[in-house]
Amino acid sequence: MHYRTLAQSAAALKARSVSSVELTKIYLERIARFDSTLNSFITVTRDEALAQAARADERIARGDDDPMLGVPIAHKDIFCTAGIRTTCGSRMLDGFVSPYDATVVERLARAGAVVLGKTNMDEFAMGSSSETSYYGPVRNPWDTSKVPGGSSGGSAAAVAAGLCAGATGTDTGGSIRQPAALSGLTGLKPTYGRVSRYGMIAFASSLDHGGTLTRTAEDAALMLDAMAGFDERDSTSIDEPMPSSVALLETEWESIRIGVPEEFFDDGLDPGYAACVHAAIGEIEKLGATVKPISMPNLHLSVPTYYVVAPAEASSNLARYDGIRFGHRSEAPCSDIRELYERNREEGFGAEVQRRILIGTYVLSAGYYDAYYLQAQKARQLIARDFARAFAEVDVIAGPTTPTPAFGIGQKTDDPVAMYLNDIYTIGADLAGVPALSIPCGFVDALPVGLQLVGPHLSEARLLKIAHHYQRETDWHLQTPEAFD
Amino acid sequence: MYSSCDLDHLSGPVALKLEDIEKLGELARLRIEPGEVYDLMAKLTSILAFVDQLQAADTSEVTPMAHPLDRAQRLRPDVVTEPDQHELYQQNAPRVERGLYLVPKVLE
Repeated sequence: MHYRTLAQSAAALKARSVSSVELTKIYLERIARFDSTLNSFITVTRDEALAQAARADERIARGDDDPMLGVPIAHKDIFCTAGIRTTCGSRMLDGFVSPYDATVVERLARAGAVVLGKTNMDEFAMGSSSETSYYGPVRNPWDTSKVPGGSSGGSAAAVAAGLCAGATGTDTGGSIRQPAALSGLTGLKPTYGRVSRYGMIAFASSLDHGGTLTRTAEDAALMLDAMAGFDERDSTSIDEPMPSSVALLETEWESIRIGVPEEFFDDGLDPGYAACVHAAIGEIEKLGATVKPISMPNLHLSVPTYYVVAPAEASSNLARYDGIRFGHRSEAPCSDIRELYERNREEGFGAEVQRRILIGTYVLSAGYYDAYYLQAQKARQLIARDFARAFAEVDVIAGPTTPTPAFGIGQKTDDPVAMYLNDIYTIGADLAGVPALSIPCGFVDALPVGLQLVGPHLSEARLLKIAHHYQRETDWHLQTPEAFD
Repeated sequence: MYSSCDLDHLSGPVALKLEDIEKLGELARLRIEPGEVYDLMAKLTSILAFVDQLQAADTSEVTPMAHPLDRAQRLRPDVVTEPDQHELYQQNAPRVERGLYLVPKVLE
């Protein structure tokens, strides 16, 4: 039951072979049993979940057949939930209770999804391992000495261990796709502006994307249809009709052109990982695709570009945390308001967040702005042009999601740059705002690895269709970690 | 493919000094624990040295990106849409008295 896909659970609910309350209790029991090991949840909302499930059962009894109705999911603790604390993995927001729901939360609630709780994450989504959380590191269900990836690592670990059917995530530099790859899941980052940022705590606003972590592409389509689309409360929301991703899944396969960038298969890529990715591309070729090598000559600029733009935006976004209107307040005696600000922020923010605020402050400061920030926004344009040029020739870009499978907890915490390089293949799609997803495509040393597919703007439904057809022919996405059966 | 930039002051590896860290902490309103300043300086220097490779990119013909989808900011009518909910919002404030946020004295 717990490793059913979201679509299978929805079908079982519709057929009345299980009730939403029963399903919710199964997941709550699993959370109680396993989450002391995984630490994937910051807050479990047991009572609220059971109440939502009871309401969903009433709606089902009335014949309501909303596809998400009664299905238990979890939200990354970056999405604001009215009446339930939202911490963003930070001491700064330890006691924060949002006065409103994020649009994503509101839409999934309206669709009848049951929320089991809020998942753990790197503090303010700044990390690639889910180790920087104030609430402690998350563990990978495939090997609990390894990280699940990050920053949406709590969502990834919870879905991978069968503690919920699907979960929301956010992706600023790879924070959905990288944990999906490291935890053996399907992770979707839609086009920039497809999913509302309203109530999604801001890290780097021009790069922040809401998305999903699920077992299958079909499940991602179900969640996306419920949560995406225009929202007037987000000033960068795309004001265009959102075609149903679910409706497109089963449509007939049309031959596609796949581009494989040579830059994705560099020396940093684990050879076993590369073999899995090549095999997966071969599998898609068999479905009806032509494969050609392409070049993205500016892709090597993506990580340094990101580590200027993202900290710059973060230093500005995080300026709001003063510990006066809300947030952590120091108990230390302070002689003036300036000292109070400085103490509140020092105590409230962890080391990685502090580093990014300081880097952001540096690259935006007088004398350095042109050399760093402006130069990075120009480099970002070069990277976006690489994608545009590629999509003039091919429909989809395929490659690895990460350079290696999951690494050990503590292995990279003392070397920020080594940690940053984990996102080398994912950051480009965030900088260009194009949709991308990661799907399981094999194992290296018993750890899952991911195939990344990237498409042109607004093509998320098509990417999901390709992934869905691949998943009908393969069973990598159906593998589950033994220790959590 | 690349040409060097005319940014002489950044041509070498970046080396932050103690006073740079102090200045950044001041600008960011972030107290820096004296015992951690050297470790922080080393880490920030390594990050800046890493992003410094951007200086080698030839961007002379490029306009900086303003929006990933090349769209303009959507505008809305200039009307009040938010009601006064200060009591609700102040429930998250660490110190409040009679609807006012409490802070240390700001005037002598």
